[in-house]
Amino acid sequence: MSAKNNSNKCLYCGACVGVCPVGAITLKDTRIFIDEKKCINCGACVTICPVGAMKLEKKI
Amino acid sequence: MDSNEVLYDVIVVGAGPSGLAAGLELAKGNASVLILDRKQEIGCPKRCAEGLSNRWFDIMNLKPKPEWAVQEIKGAVLYGPNGKDVKMKSENALGYVLERKMFEKELAINAVKLGAKILLKHQVINAKRENGLVKLEVEVNNEVKEFKGKLVIACDGIDSLIARMLGLNTKNNLNDTDSGYQYEMTGISGYDENCLHLYFGTQVAPRGYIWIFPKREGTANVGIGIGAYVSNETKLNAKEYLDRWIQSQPGLKNGSIIEVNAGGIPVGGFLEKMTADNLLVAGDAGHMVDPIHGGGIGIAMEGGRLAAKNALRALKENDYTDKNLNQYTQEWFDTRGNELKRRLKSRHLLEQLSDDDFNYLAESITMDEALAIGNGTLSKTDMAILFTKKLVKRPGLVAIMMKYFQ
Repeated sequence: MSAKNNSNKCLYCGACVGVCPVGAITLKDTRIFIDEKKCINCGACVTICPVGAMKLEKKI
Repeated sequence: MDSNEVLYDVIVVGAGPSGLAAGLELAKGNASVLILDRKQEIGCPKRCAEGLSNRWFDIMNLKPKPEWAVQEIKGAVLYGPNGKDVKMKSENALGYVLERKMFEKELAINAVKLGAKILLKHQVINAKRENGLVKLEVEVNNEVKEFKGKLVIACDGIDSLIARMLGLNTKNNLNDTDSGYQYEMTGISGYDENCLHLYFGTQVAPRGYIWIFPKREGTANVGIGIGAYVSNETKLNAKEYLDRWIQSQPGLKNGSIIEVNAGGIPVGGFLEKMTADNLLVAGDAGHMVDPIHGGGIGIAMEGGRLAAKNALRALKENDYTDKNLNQYTQEWFDTRGNELKRRLKSRHLLEQLSDDDFNYLAESITMDEALAIGNGTLSKTDMAILFTKKLVKRPGLVAIMMKYFQ
């Protein structure tokens, strides 16, 4: 499992970056990047996202 | 890798209110200063309701200008869960709602006039120390450029990673963070445009509130902040709470949306330490936000200016160690942090209140008393008198208050 970002819903506000305990998320321009190797699947980013753009999904 | 040979005294990362206030102060002090921002435009997109009270105009020596201080505010109306409102309004302006984009551009112009350099669309991807200096690797136009500075001031917002790259943990805990969402709406009506409007209640905005901040005729920032963990329990996110509420407001539901904003708000969890070797942190990145109302423009600017003053001191002393810089942390708590800590205590109290408690308080407590509770300035004796006078009918409330004011 890893956090996934839905770029259709995302407003690239960076709230998820601020609460990620392991620094797995970065915001560049208007895109969110998630380092699947770092992600510990804690769901903090899903909880804080104001627009429901983050989900926990199986790693592909 | 393209190397930039210039060595800056200070590199400020982030051109928001905090970074620009820092840049302005540094340039005033004749330091060479570079301000980097990853975005393509200063002041945009905002993560903010744009209110700034007169107190901060005084503290930061600002004069409101019509091009960015777009709405004069003379008071506030608080709405309890049962719809009953408490209005406090003065004859005079108590503050303004800003057009932040214009406001920040003016700050930027002033900083550059004094000698600061600003670069946009510059994304810092790595920061490390080398021979007593900081080296930033910055992505720009698909290339990586290097920038060197004696000091870095991290004003890069809630998504700050610069401080973390240099070994200072600035991450936010969910319990101390709000989830925020906002529309700038136009074609709306039904509220006093000279007042801020705040709506409370567990159904409206659990562990937070909904706001209307008027910004010109028929136009306002309509937003919500809720406790970040709330969506775990209620399965509704900030956007869903706000959309649902707007539909219940006849004056708002047919309005048009001209801007959508979102953001996390660090409402507490103050950093015990705001420096490391070659590094100072300010603004949202340093968790400089009022824990009760979530506002932070003024606090961030003041914090940025204080960080800059300490940077100027360190430059003069030619000592960029954490030990020397850390005086900034103490100074910030003395000027603002300790006040905010008291307000955090009050916030924790407010979070314990039920809708009935809120309704009761709205009906029985005067505005002065509410403000004193909010500021955490009531003495034990004053609190005891307040309990006896007002709260005897609700023993539950007394128990909660005693817990937080011991």
